[in-house]
Amino acid sequence: MMKRNPLVLGNKTLKDVTDDICAPVERFPSKGWVGMFLGAKTLLLFYIGILASVVGVGIGLLGVNSPVFWGTMIVTFVFWIGIGHAGTLISAVLFLFRQKWRTSVARTAEAMTVFAVMTAGLFPLLHTGRPWLDYWLFPYPNQRGPLWVNFRSPLLWDVFAVSTYATVSMVFWYIGLVPDFATIKDRAKNKLRRTVYGALSLGWRGTAKNWSHYEMVYLLLAGLSTPLVLSVHTIVSFDFAVSNLPGWHTTIFPPYFVAGAIFSGFAMVVTLMTLVRIGFPEFKNYVTLDHMEVMNKIIMTTGMLVGYAYASEFFIAWYSGNQYERFVFINRAFGPYGWSYWIMVSCNVIFPQLFWFRRFRRSIPVMFVISLLVNVGMWFERFVITVTSLHRDFLPSSWGMYAWSWFDTGVLVGSFGMFLTLFLLYLRLFPAVSIAEVKPVLHVGYDDKGGHH
Amino acid sequence: MAKYTKGIAGIWLEEAQILKAVRKVRESGYQKFEAISAYPIHGMEEAAGIKRSWIPYVAFVMAVVGLAAGLGLTWWTSAVDWAVNVGGKPFFSLPAFVPIMFELTILLSALSSVGALFYACGIPRLDPPVIDPDLSCHKFAIFIPHNDTGYDEAKIEQMFKELGATEVKKTEY
Repeated sequence: MMKRNPLVLGNKTLKDVTDDICAPVERFPSKGWVGMFLGAKTLLLFYIGILASVVGVGIGLLGVNSPVFWGTMIVTFVFWIGIGHAGTLISAVLFLFRQKWRTSVARTAEAMTVFAVMTAGLFPLLHTGRPWLDYWLFPYPNQRGPLWVNFRSPLLWDVFAVSTYATVSMVFWYIGLVPDFATIKDRAKNKLRRTVYGALSLGWRGTAKNWSHYEMVYLLLAGLSTPLVLSVHTIVSFDFAVSNLPGWHTTIFPPYFVAGAIFSGFAMVVTLMTLVRIGFPEFKNYVTLDHMEVMNKIIMTTGMLVGYAYASEFFIAWYSGNQYERFVFINRAFGPYGWSYWIMVSCNVIFPQLFWFRRFRRSIPVMFVISLLVNVGMWFERFVITVTSLHRDFLPSSWGMYAWSWFDTGVLVGSFGMFLTLFLLYLRLFPAVSIAEVKPVLHVGYDDKGGHH
Repeated sequence: MAKYTKGIAGIWLEEAQILKAVRKVRESGYQKFEAISAYPIHGMEEAAGIKRSWIPYVAFVMAVVGLAAGLGLTWWTSAVDWAVNVGGKPFFSLPAFVPIMFELTILLSALSSVGALFYACGIPRLDPPVIDPDLSCHKFAIFIPHNDTGYDEAKIEQMFKELGATEVKKTEY
């Protein structure tokens, strides 16, 4: 039998685990954290300013105009919602597959999911142009008939999919946090912390009967989240695929979007985890190089799936014999937006190939750079799909370009301010590794010292 | 405020010891005891004689309710209450309603499982008594309430000590 590497390094005791993971919550924030937080918060304030202008003046501040009516808001929405998917994949799908390594990264990956979905959720709401009327999206009894929403529209399916996803991910994340909040409450030295974390812990006590129900609910939520996460990006892809536009009207879209979502999400997990390991060195024993290597393997696999989808789309465009379909794809690669297509291909298909080499899979600087490139590539993938399919309409007289304005830049860059502010606050206020989930896997890899198996 | 019961608690430091102790306590005929740990212990359910959780039944029933609600909502609004002809599609276009039905299935099932967990564990609970703050860190405990069958403080204390408890104390839980 193959010898397993320990999941947690340093031969920790139960007490060490609690001390290590609670430390960032209990000590005064480091200069590095404060610096990053101030940066992220400034970006968030800038973002609020940009969004206020876009809402106050109108959506025309962005580059959307005939024929490209779907722009940065939609591209960035798909980008962020895709990033969220890796968190659910780690916390739910890998849980069902009994992948014990997931325990140390699951909490932070789920936090990333929750914050990415929050960031994403704003875009379609603002893209409507009149966000104060967004409650019209929900089917509620009204005095206009009642006139109901159109349940045959993929945009409405998306309302249901994204709001269900946001709710269930938040609940899943919170349920995982409850026992750890109780731990922090019990350790609290001052009254304020005791009260706040006591309230957050809901009075959790950890009796055997409670744990039995808890583990069952955790399994149920994992089982429910798994089809949910697949459905969300499938439905996001329906926003495009159900239309009749060449370049969008493709049956490959659902699996292609899901693979892309996992790809970009894992890249974001790697980006964040490399930073967390630098900022909080005690986590290096929990999020080890082995963890990073496994995630890099997933990045490479899903990167190739996405590459296969690019090739398959091109092949089908030729094989279909449909001249509009052919034109769209040739135009994508060699037309005025060809540069964005090649950024996408090189970042998503070519650079991740470096992960064939174990040396690069285990090198922090290499994986950090590749994970950033993958996210650049995945943003461009959504840009390519959205903008290049729209900018050449059926009639050459309606051809146009996306008039990128600095508000587009502001929306895109500012959204990172929102995400990073939330994420940095999370790292300070919540235990960033699941204490109650790491403790049962402490013995993995230490078999020779008399653990079970 | 909920009332808490008085009783006696023993504290252990090793996972293997607590499993053995729980088994012994159950075999001695105690039924209302609680075993407290910072994480779910493999084999604890069997040792403590805990039956499989009933929450999956709630999840299943509510999943069916969610599915029916999704079907009912889409059918009633699109085909009955104010039917609008959209692109010549049938008023009751079932395939288009599948995503809505699916999402409501998941939503209701997930939220009701969590609701059932809250009910089963009696949470949220305001500031429950803590036997030892380290129970959420590295210690393990067994608590036997005073109203359990055959409750006898001296006997229990001796049993806990024999089972390797580092500390035995009268408390409420």
